[in-house]
Amino acid sequence: MGLLDQRFENGNVFVTSLENLLNWARLSSLYQMQFGLACCAIEMMAASASDFDIMRFGIIPRATPRQADVMFVAGTVTIKMASRIKRLYDQMAEPRYIISMGSCANCGGPYWEHGYHVLKGVDRVIPVDVYVPGCPPRPEALLEGIIKLQEKVRNESLVKKSAEEK
Amino acid sequence: MTAQEIHDGLKAKFGGAVLDAKFEVMQPWISIAPDRMKDVAFFLRDDPSMQFDYMMCLSGVDYNDGRLAIVYHLFSMVHRHKIVLKAFCTKENPHVQTVSSVWGTANWHEREVFDMYGIIIDEHPDPRRLLMPDDWEGHPLRKDYKVPEFYNGMKVPY
Repeated sequence: MGLLDQRFENGNVFVTSLENLLNWARLSSLYQMQFGLACCAIEMMAASASDFDIMRFGIIPRATPRQADVMFVAGTVTIKMASRIKRLYDQMAEPRYIISMGSCANCGGPYWEHGYHVLKGVDRVIPVDVYVPGCPPRPEALLEGIIKLQEKVRNESLVKKSAEEK
Repeated sequence: MTAQEIHDGLKAKFGGAVLDAKFEVMQPWISIAPDRMKDVAFFLRDDPSMQFDYMMCLSGVDYNDGRLAIVYHLFSMVHRHKIVLKAFCTKENPHVQTVSSVWGTANWHEREVFDMYGIIIDEHPDPRRLLMPDDWEGHPLRKDYKVPEFYNGMKVPY
């Protein structure tokens, strides 16, 4: 935590870079777009419930894309749904992030060969930041994905377009 | 009533509309001319000795030899008897009369059959696709179906 390391002796003054401060604020309050497509959504709900409690990461479900920072694409993206997802993504304010949850959203999953109705990976319509593998992933896996996204946000820069690689 | 009696009843009433039948199988079936389906269905529902008041299932079939079919599983709550109807048509002329005015259940089932097999349901009150997008081309459950390369700019195959 860059903020606390560089604390001055008297306790009331912090020195940090603006970048660090903004990134810290953003990664600690990633508002989630409430959005589930298939069985992965059940695991996402489990992650929201008391056992796993994703709210401790600052993730609060919002019912509208305009208030959301991160979208969990949790489940099978059908071709009919893909244009709706694209529209929801377009309605989110920047900076915006996508976590693709589960095999279906990652690459089509079990529908990869005969699924004429399934989009083989949500990254064909929107850019994905973190892929969470599993069918469906356990809530722990989703939490890991969220922590990975927070790492990405922590390394973002005000002037460069994308996050720095560590 | 047994399947044989149901068949004989239909034969006496509709004659040429009853095409074929098979009784020595687990679910005896009767083949009906696709352009007479509605009359036959009304008779089966309303005749006091038949009273098929419940449509259990409506399915589509592609036999992969040029034939398509709609299969109707009927049950009578009153008489506790069952029968299966089949309406055969060809890929060149895929038309079957609607039974949605007889059993309301059939409405969406027939839309799904049209969506998946391209069997045109004549006189259907709402002949749209059910599952696929409205501008989708082709009927996915046909045996000769090929997945399109692109749909609205999205690549479809893996």
